[in-house]
Amino acid sequence: MGLIDEGARIRVFMLGWEFPPFISGGLGTACYGLTKALDQLGVKVTFVLPKMVESQYATHVKLLTPIEARKRTSSKRVTQSERELANVKFRSILSPLEAYATPHTYDEKVAEILRLRRESTTTTNGSCEAGEGPDYAGDLYREVHRYASMAMELAKGEEFDVVHAHDWMTYPAGIGVSMASGKPLVVHIHSTEFDRSGEHVNQMVYDIEREGMQRASKVIAVSHFTRSVVISRYGIPGDKVEVVYNGVERNGTWSTAPVTIRREEKIVLFLGRITMQKGPEYFLQAAKKVLDVMDNVKFVMAGSGDLMYRSIELAAQLGIGHKVLFTGFLRGDDVRRIFRMADLYVMPSVSEPFGIAPLEALDNDVPVIISKQSGVSEVLKHALKVDFWDINEMANKIAAVLKYPSLRMTLRNHGNFEVRKLRWRDAARNCLRVYQETLVPV
Amino acid sequence: MPSVCFYFQVHQPTRLRHYTVFDNDERYFDEGKNAAICKKVANKCYLPANRMLLKLIQQHQGRFRIAYSLTGVLLEQLERHSPEVLSTFHALAETGCVEFLGETYYHTLSFLYSRQEFVEQVKKHTELIQDLFGQTPKVFRNTELIYNNDLGLLIEAMGCFDAVVTEGADHILGYRSPNFVYQPKGCRRIKMLLKNYSLSDDIAFRFSNRQWAQWPLTAEKFSQWVNAVNGCGQTVNLFMDYETLGEHQWEDTGIFDFMRHLPGEILKHPDNNFKTPSEVVASYEPLGTVDVPHVISWADTERDLSAWLGNPMQSNALHELYRLEKKIKRANDPRILDDWRRLQTSDHFYYMCTKYFADGDVHKYFNPYDSPYDSYINFMNVLDHLQRRCASHQTPIVAHSPAQAGAAARVAVPV
Repeated sequence: MGLIDEGARIRVFMLGWEFPPFISGGLGTACYGLTKALDQLGVKVTFVLPKMVESQYATHVKLLTPIEARKRTSSKRVTQSERELANVKFRSILSPLEAYATPHTYDEKVAEILRLRRESTTTTNGSCEAGEGPDYAGDLYREVHRYASMAMELAKGEEFDVVHAHDWMTYPAGIGVSMASGKPLVVHIHSTEFDRSGEHVNQMVYDIEREGMQRASKVIAVSHFTRSVVISRYGIPGDKVEVVYNGVERNGTWSTAPVTIRREEKIVLFLGRITMQKGPEYFLQAAKKVLDVMDNVKFVMAGSGDLMYRSIELAAQLGIGHKVLFTGFLRGDDVRRIFRMADLYVMPSVSEPFGIAPLEALDNDVPVIISKQSGVSEVLKHALKVDFWDINEMANKIAAVLKYPSLRMTLRNHGNFEVRKLRWRDAARNCLRVYQETLVPV
Repeated sequence: MPSVCFYFQVHQPTRLRHYTVFDNDERYFDEGKNAAICKKVANKCYLPANRMLLKLIQQHQGRFRIAYSLTGVLLEQLERHSPEVLSTFHALAETGCVEFLGETYYHTLSFLYSRQEFVEQVKKHTELIQDLFGQTPKVFRNTELIYNNDLGLLIEAMGCFDAVVTEGADHILGYRSPNFVYQPKGCRRIKMLLKNYSLSDDIAFRFSNRQWAQWPLTAEKFSQWVNAVNGCGQTVNLFMDYETLGEHQWEDTGIFDFMRHLPGEILKHPDNNFKTPSEVVASYEPLGTVDVPHVISWADTERDLSAWLGNPMQSNALHELYRLEKKIKRANDPRILDDWRRLQTSDHFYYMCTKYFADGDVHKYFNPYDSPYDSYINFMNVLDHLQRRCASHQTPIVAHSPAQAGAAARVAVPV
């Protein structure tokens, strides 16, 4: 294919996020899936990501960059993943930035770093009281700008044709690198401030997002749902905004584990950050209604987030506390295990730019109910869809899936087939096309 | 020599309302939506088409003849929402040039699930046609032209029909032509008419397709194709949905003009004529027998049952529905029986079809639901309620004391 040949000559300076095994959500999954697929198309990627402040004093925090992580895995894995990412170069910047950070979580994190440093420096009588250090800034906004200047410094030694920045915290860095190098900027919108905060937007975050979109040559939105937010809420001209759907990483292994004896109780799964955006309260309200008409069901909420305690309280208030289980944050094998236990996955998001988790559920043979206010509902036909606020209909559909095996079977068979068509390779091809458009002299 | 034999299928299901697991009333059907659709289709198709065909019959002084198959559920809806359509059908019946075919009253798949129920519905339909039009149907048409050898035998055994019509599918005919009268395998008396799907679909599906090499189709061109049958066929059976005229093919495609000119063009050739199905059956002897061991239909390219029975939801819904038959009939409540029969209308299962769902084609056009899954959930919620109604009708066997009566009632509730 001509496209791939040309792709082989394009070099991307990518400002991304977490890599396996440290993935806390869809943003990391998307960065990884996309980068791996670009690599396979022969695109050279310099992947820049924030690296946890690894103070020599902090002992209980052990985070690794991908390269370090790879060294630690089995020798077979190393050769495999090194071959997979042959065209990718990793560069890390020391910073406490992390995916899904908010001003509040950032402050907590910096306070934690300071506390640890203070504890270990009391003996040497050092002082760490200042609000700034060489590897962090006093608040999230200053930190994203500090991160930007570090990225610009790093970029000086790199050769690339296009700058690709994922979500708002990397936009100042993207703008900086793009301006200093004269290379076009592509910003990738995995979520907007409106998704995360509803109508109570943080003006500073909004401004950074809008500036990133304005300065970019092209804006990539993960769905038409998000594209229209970019156009209507940020005033970006439509011809600049392209939709590139996410893909799903196939497990590769058919689940050959022996089928355990079926439990009497059915399990309905919520998996994601327990935040306003994900609609946990609608899940619980629907659960209450389902439990009014059937008994042998448990509702599992897997994930953590700022509404976790409120959700536990709400479950108790609704009188269904004994029917709702909270697992806390899950990763890796635990995610696969919980999917294997589930009879149904529900994503009641209030505003979901894309939503990779339903694809993973289908990949694990779990039928899904997704909110109509999600990007993924644009690509999935064989899923049940509801408005997130319509708890009656949500409960109606949950009850039906639990009651009728033939509904589960049909959803599973068609859904699993459908999800196989959503590949990161296509997402990477589409990104490549966007890069090429930015490189055409106007 | 070829006779042109038109038969139009006229049917509208009674669509269900949105019915959740939390609903608990006996209003299963969406009166408002059914009325609106009935009126819309009446204005776009039934009224203008009936008037045009009536005029053509009068113009050609009996030489233009047609047949209809009107379902019971349609006729009931017309009576309620569009009585003027019904009166134009009366006028058509009175010309003596229009034949009405027999079928299941509720447009159902009952032949596949319950012979007894099937026979009852066919009889109910016959009575309705006799009442309304003073005619007794003599040619039988099963829902969606679903057919196999057993149906032929059953229709012959019922004794009230002279012929049965079905799809002239390639795989049952082989090298043979659909343009002759045949006999169903194993039958001695009744005959069989086969749809010429190529010429029928030229009108029903391809008429407005600008990609089609033959577009635009004129009455003159179509008549030449009919004339070409001369010498190698006795009848050209054009079977199609009536909604082709004005609803599937909109008026601005020129479909009405086409139909208006067609009889004149066909009759220009002295060897051609129009016959109703009964007249074709009376005029020609069977050329041979046709063996249909497996079930066929006129749907999709597969011409099989996969549009109604292609996935586990559809077979589950149908199975559960017919499993209720005994309980329904034992409940002995005409309203329960009527609701159950309305749920049998094949359209409910067609809405659950996942075939081509992702491509959004013709199936979607007829579908009031967002997805096949929504339609299955809705249907099963209604069925669940109907089942509970039946159960509550079952009288406890012998009640000696209130406590025992309660226990008996509890036992009677199906698990």
